[in-house]
Amino acid sequence: MRDVAIIGIGMTDFGEMWNDSLRDLFVKASLEAMDDAGVDHIDGLVAGCMSPGLFAGQEHIGSLMADYLGQAPIPGVRVESACASGGMALRTGIAYVASGMHNVVLCGGVEKMTDVSGAQATYALATAADQDYEAFHGVTFPGLYAMMATAHMHKYGTKREDLAQVAVKNHDNGLLNPHAQYRMKITVEQVINSVKVADPLNILDCSPITDGAAAVIICPLEMAKKMKKKPVVKISASTHATDTIALHQRDDITWLKSTAEAAAKAYKMAGVKPEQIDFAEVHDCFTIAEICVLEAMGIVKKGEGGKATREGLTARDGKFPVNPSGGLKSKGHPVGATGIAQIHEIVTQLRGEAGRRQLKRARRALAQNMGGSGGSAVVHILEVL
Amino acid sequence: MITPAIVRRNTPHRYRMEAQKCAACGKVFFPPRLVCTCGSRKFKAYALPSEGKVITHTVIRTAPRGFGDEAPYCMGIVELKDGSRVLCQIADCEPHRLKVGLQVTIEFRKIQEAGESGVIAYGYKAVPER
Ligand SMILES: [Zn+2]
Repeated sequence: MRDVAIIGIGMTDFGEMWNDSLRDLFVKASLEAMDDAGVDHIDGLVAGCMSPGLFAGQEHIGSLMADYLGQAPIPGVRVESACASGGMALRTGIAYVASGMHNVVLCGGVEKMTDVSGAQATYALATAADQDYEAFHGVTFPGLYAMMATAHMHKYGTKREDLAQVAVKNHDNGLLNPHAQYRMKITVEQVINSVKVADPLNILDCSPITDGAAAVIICPLEMAKKMKKKPVVKISASTHATDTIALHQRDDITWLKSTAEAAAKAYKMAGVKPEQIDFAEVHDCFTIAEICVLEAMGIVKKGEGGKATREGLTARDGKFPVNPSGGLKSKGHPVGATGIAQIHEIVTQLRGEAGRRQLKRARRALAQNMGGSGGSAVVHILEVL
Repeated sequence: MITPAIVRRNTPHRYRMEAQKCAACGKVFFPPRLVCTCGSRKFKAYALPSEGKVITHTVIRTAPRGFGDEAPYCMGIVELKDGSRVLCQIADCEPHRLKVGLQVTIEFRKIQEAGESGVIAYGYKAVPER
């Protein structure tokens, strides 16, 4: 297997992009990534997208994007793993390059969510849950994460304010990200008093509905070293794990087993311990998710994610910054794009190009992208050479 | 999605809580599956108990399509007496009564009316012990 590196990144602004279609978004991010890499041809394309069918009435987007990117007849394929579709697109592309099947591959993620009504979007998102045994009963995604929150608060004494602090911290970071959808400061009181969605989660505990795309160009590490255009970012681990997609079928409602499994495998693959990671971009689709992810990744002990957040561990100036981009919460969550947008932020930080939100220590970082209520998880570890 | 064919094939477990027990390792599955995590493909019919307790809960305030008129409503994960778990609505329950450990009984109720066919889907809901 060949080592793989990232040589180009691009992303659109995240938000309600009324003037851009599904294909416009994907192509804009892709062209930016190709320009950044300095390539005008790619050997293959992988597009992560959760539900172009339900959000845009369009399937078969692997070919569509290859065509609109001016690259047909190269192979182009869409991969889907709910909200982890972006991470899966990168992992799939890595398999192409590492195996020697292709040299230069574009891994992109996209979702066009605002062309449909809020009710239709809620329905589309709920297809990532178990249709027959969860969605059938009227549970929503916020509802599933709310039940994780209730269980976490009951079992570990996590406070309502701890959940809110995740959103407050991520908005503080997003304020400095020009691509972020909601660049505004919020307070714990505002989160706690915002409109109720699924108790104990309120609207400000939830990531928003977003349009957007992100893309990266990958190639063999040896090829990247010869280019010497920008600092070379090596992919030192790429892992994926699954779990029951139905929340109630897990032994421990608060434990994200797929994330724990993928993270443990990633540390082993990269040959590092959690304390050797400088920062992380994680899947904070709901505030409770970031708390459970910290625990599953072994950054804090079981049950201590809320306390760690309260004490500032994960703040931009903390010991282990989490979601310097603003996370899904502030940056926005175009589901299929999210996993690649996390990689975009990490590469930006590792290259030292993050401007006002640049972290002091940024040599090695981890991205954790999660599907559904944790039925899938994809973890990548990147380091700058 | 709810259509007459879907309702028909889900009837044994949705209407009667019919589950299965692995003939090799004894693990209980609800809904039934074709293969156990132990690898065995032999199962015995098994009926789930109807009493249990709420192990976590929420109140759905923003409902999905098909449930809009009912919001807010209570939902939970119920651990039945044999340790099996189901996710369902908790009916006849004021939100303030919800708590971890609440004793409930599974009852047969209407779940939703859906689709262009207007098919009524029935199934199970948990009801607090009176
Ligand atoms: Zn078995």
